Amino acid sequence: MNESNISYIGFDSKLLPETEKVQVKKDIISQSKQGFQSRRKIFQRFIFSLFRLSAAINGIALLIIIYFLVVRGWRAINWTFLTQPPIESMTKGGILPCIVGTACLSLGAILIALPIGVASAIYLNEYAKAGRILRIIRLGINNLAGVPSIVFGLFGLAFFVVWLQFGVSILSGALTLGVMTLPVIIGASEEALRAVPDTYREASLGLGATKWQTIYRVVLPAALPGILTGAILSISRAAGETAPIMFTAAVFYTPSLPSSIFDEIMALPYHIYVLATAGTEIEATRHLQYGTALVLIALVLGLNLIAIIYRARLRRRMQ
Amino acid sequence: MDNLIKMTTEDLDFYYSDFHALIDISLNFYLNQVTALIGPSGCGKSTLLRCLNRMNDLIPYSRVEGDIVLDGQDIYDPNVDVVALRRRVGMVFQKPNPFPKTVFENIAYGLRVNGFKDRAIIAERVEKTIRQAALWDEVKDRLYDSALGLSGGQQQRLCIARAMAVEPEVLLMDEPCSALDPIATQKIEELIHELKKTYTIIIVTHNMQQAARVSDITAFFYLGNLVEVGKTDTLFTCPSLKQTEDYITGRFG
Repeated sequence: MNESNISYIGFDSKLLPETEKVQVKKDIISQSKQGFQSRRKIFQRFIFSLFRLSAAINGIALLIIIYFLVVRGWRAINWTFLTQPPIESMTKGGILPCIVGTACLSLGAILIALPIGVASAIYLNEYAKAGRILRIIRLGINNLAGVPSIVFGLFGLAFFVVWLQFGVSILSGALTLGVMTLPVIIGASEEALRAVPDTYREASLGLGATKWQTIYRVVLPAALPGILTGAILSISRAAGETAPIMFTAAVFYTPSLPSSIFDEIMALPYHIYVLATAGTEIEATRHLQYGTALVLIALVLGLNLIAIIYRARLRRRMQ
Repeated sequence: MDNLIKMTTEDLDFYYSDFHALIDISLNFYLNQVTALIGPSGCGKSTLLRCLNRMNDLIPYSRVEGDIVLDGQDIYDPNVDVVALRRRVGMVFQKPNPFPKTVFENIAYGLRVNGFKDRAIIAERVEKTIRQAALWDEVKDRLYDSALGLSGGQQQRLCIARAMAVEPEVLLMDEPCSALDPIATQKIEELIHELKKTYTIIIVTHNMQQAARVSDITAFFYLGNLVEVGKTDTLFTCPSLKQTEDYITGRFG
């Protein structure tokens, strides 16, 4: 910038003493800079607020759901509700068989899916050789993850219930839920295994450990928090599924608790579905429907909480 | 050289798929001597180091030609048990990489995977090894704390101790001090002086002074070729090739 550039603002800079001329130039520069500075700061604040809002929507949505369920369902929840079977055409009484049923299905599904899922993830991540077979397996897993849950239900009916003759039972339901959960557990386990630094593997192999010793003693323990978190989250998801169990495990009504894995059971999500769509007294049982939903969501949130606490404890122990 | 040859490479070539990373390397490593491998980044010195315990087997699409002989046995012979080889040729890595386990378990790990079961023997060997690594006074009260809580220098000495616990014959060190401060570096260099009484040591380093201080023999690599090898004293005072002189005096690389 030279002197003639400055004169346009309305005075002749030649009249000013030398030192003040310099000052005027500086002011002009810093003013235009300030405008730019504050504009981009405001813009940044605006963008960041948008992001913050987006993040907040997650929490708010959950709070609204819980609020809604608590307001409408808390009246239904009492000792009898949690410890007794339903009575009088399911218009009174409790939901104990549903709680037990969902617990059995979830436990069964994780017992089936966790070992197979972790084993698959170890194969895929630790020693599978790149090639056609690996590509086909990955394609299978990815597509399995995209199959709608009702299709799993029909598959379970055709394969476990009818073809393998397991009948409508805990076993069939747990197997169906387990197959449905597999891709999620494989994905979470693979991610956890990938997060284990290669330097651990190299250090272990460098000490004369075999590949299996390395996986079992170093890689798996380091990946365990991630694997278990993924497993519990996926199982809490499975606990709330209705479609996969409606043909394979759940029944409309059974007052007795299961005595073997070949028994049919009631389950929380299916019970809600039944009360809300097919009961004889849909309006009269509204509070029971919301109460059951509240129990289900408490179960799911409880499982997630366990996952978070467990992961935090494992991580602390490692540091 | 008066010492016995512990390990030797004969016309060794190494390829990362199409890239010719090591070209016709013939080099001897002598018993109870420290051999330093120097050269600019990407010259192949780390690649050579990782060939010596077949750690490069883990790299897909890589290929080795030529021989590497340990005590008269070709280590790339199909009959060689890689796992047993790696117990004999231990390795210390560039960044300290202790397992996320206790200090004690880090050292005991190598013993356990190699079949040691007796708790008393393991405990005795762990203590002996940590003492050898001059780390005992610093960690004796923290044996059952996580190794990740140690300082970087302590972690690296723990990693050296971990490698020593299985009593290897050759110790490979891949820039073991590059992540450490000068004081921790000095401690490791003192340790190397002690260790060469027992082991044959091969160290990759980017630090000329370090190579001059710790090694008996220095080999200079450039673009996958072994340019010059000789006694460290000679190589650093009157190198026979201009290229070597330029590198060690810092004119390139």
